[in-house]
Amino acid sequence: MTTCPDNIVEVRDLVKTYRRGAQVVPVLENITFDICEGEFLALMGPSGSGKSTLLNIIAGIDKADSGTVAIGGVDISSLSETDLASWRSLNVGFIFQFYNLIPVLTAFENVEMPLLLTGLSRAERREHVEIALGVVNLTDRMDHYPSQLSGGQQQRVAIARAVVTDPRILVADEPTGDLDRVSAQDVLGLMERLNHEFGKTIIMVTHDPRAAERAHLVRHLEKGVLNDVRS
Amino acid sequence: MFVLKLIIRNAFRHKLRTGLTILGVAVAIMAFGLLRTLISAWYQGVESASASRLITRNAISLTFTLPISYGEKIRSVPGVRKVSYANWFGGIYISEKNFFANFAIDARNYLDLYPEFVIPPEQKDAFLTDRKGCVIGQSLSERFGWKLGDPVTLRGTIYPGQWSFTVRAIYQGAEKSTDESQFFFHWDYLNEVMKKTSPGRADMVGVFVESIEDADRAAEVGRSIDELFRNSLAETMTETEKAFQMSFVAMTGAIVAAIQIVSYVVIVIIMVVAANTMAMTARERIPEYATMKTLGFGARYIAGAIFGESITISLVGGLLGVALSFPAGTWIEHSLKQFFPAFAISTPTIVLDLVASVIVGTVAALFPAWRGTTINVADGLRRIG
Repeated sequence: MTTCPDNIVEVRDLVKTYRRGAQVVPVLENITFDICEGEFLALMGPSGSGKSTLLNIIAGIDKADSGTVAIGGVDISSLSETDLASWRSLNVGFIFQFYNLIPVLTAFENVEMPLLLTGLSRAERREHVEIALGVVNLTDRMDHYPSQLSGGQQQRVAIARAVVTDPRILVADEPTGDLDRVSAQDVLGLMERLNHEFGKTIIMVTHDPRAAERAHLVRHLEKGVLNDVRS
Repeated sequence: MFVLKLIIRNAFRHKLRTGLTILGVAVAIMAFGLLRTLISAWYQGVESASASRLITRNAISLTFTLPISYGEKIRSVPGVRKVSYANWFGGIYISEKNFFANFAIDARNYLDLYPEFVIPPEQKDAFLTDRKGCVIGQSLSERFGWKLGDPVTLRGTIYPGQWSFTVRAIYQGAEKSTDESQFFFHWDYLNEVMKKTSPGRADMVGVFVESIEDADRAAEVGRSIDELFRNSLAETMTETEKAFQMSFVAMTGAIVAAIQIVSYVVIVIIMVVAANTMAMTARERIPEYATMKTLGFGARYIAGAIFGESITISLVGGLLGVALSFPAGTWIEHSLKQFFPAFAISTPTIVLDLVASVIVGTVAALFPAWRGTTINVADGLRRIG
């Protein structure tokens, strides 16, 4: 376990299995670890090792069979689906491999989406969206639809959407997996900036060693076991 | 507002698919509306029948006649205001395909019992003074191009021979639903010929028509009339004009039932087609729904977006179908004027059309909405790529 003044993530004895017909496949076996506030953690491991599953459980979009996950002192394993959805909207920003933007909404509207669940006025939402798009340097593309943007630009819009509610944690699942090298560097630079300048805790799943290099801490997950730590 | 924006943009995202679905719903709703209107038109004779008119016919069957002498006795029944009579003539103009209803009537007062047939006074006088004169409806006049003074010859079927008439009056309906396709001539003319050619058929009428003082006493007056002729050689059956008309419609009850069934089948078919479209749409959008759920949007938003999209598409189709049903209805009215005097799309039919399209949209979205709201977020996100 990591020792730091403020653990933002506390994972204890996490177990997750999948069923394939009659067969039970273990994915995570008694995972226990902490993540410090402001950390930039890279989770690596071969395909099927359980990285994305672990990330999803920490982000509150999947449930473990047993064990607990506490984020900022809140045991999210005990929250109902509705409470979890509400908690996610306030505390976690998501960055996906394939951006997951809504194609019929403009960049502005995509970034505005998470704010619709808050009590902000239209003017306040606009202000937040413009700041978020400014951070990713896409203010001039706010009226463009995803299909009118490059992959790198779409991922930057997704990052703006992830940070617009000012969450404490950003989870990124292969954020550079669908990008060319230049765009990938651009996105990683942006994530580093969010970590350094804005103090966001980032948990990133990646296969890419160059992406992992940007993280402060790299953890390897293999056969359901978090078996080594390298900083 | 956001969900509304999402609904509208999603609905028209796949323009060809949405366009074809809208077209399908439009055609189905138009067909549904026209079939419902057809059923209404079928019952129009019943609906437009007067509650204060009774029809007395032979109790055995309408094909059996009654002695004209019954008229005086009927007139003496308390509650009866006026009595007239008519015979179904069954004449044919050139060929059977030119069918229209034609009656030999008591010229002196039959038309007085039907104020819905509006005739200019001078034309009525001309008809009354010409024993071979006839009164025709406006649409019949238009159909065959008959004008006042034109000679018309009908070939008798029930009353054999060539029967010559002169058009003396053209009536117009007081209401849009009034049948303007009928042909009336003097019963006296028919009776004179019968006296010469078939004396056994003379002085007989098909039905007596009575106007009564109080429509609420129709059943009682009818019973009194029938009581007069109980145990006579020709017993009578008296009923309201509505019931009389209904007996004709009842003969075609199976056809009406079939039309009704077809109208609902059309809706069920389009429901299945729309459900298939929505299922395809929802399957494609699962990753988007999963993304929305990840961002914190609940089932209410997802279901709202799916139901909204489905109802928007089917309602647009429904509105288009209603719009198309007007020119289609006008065309049908023009083409089938001899069968349906009025073929008007009524307000209740329009409401029914729109309700049907909302139901189609709602039912079509049930399964996709269930899938969209219950999908596991992690599973939904895995479908991307």
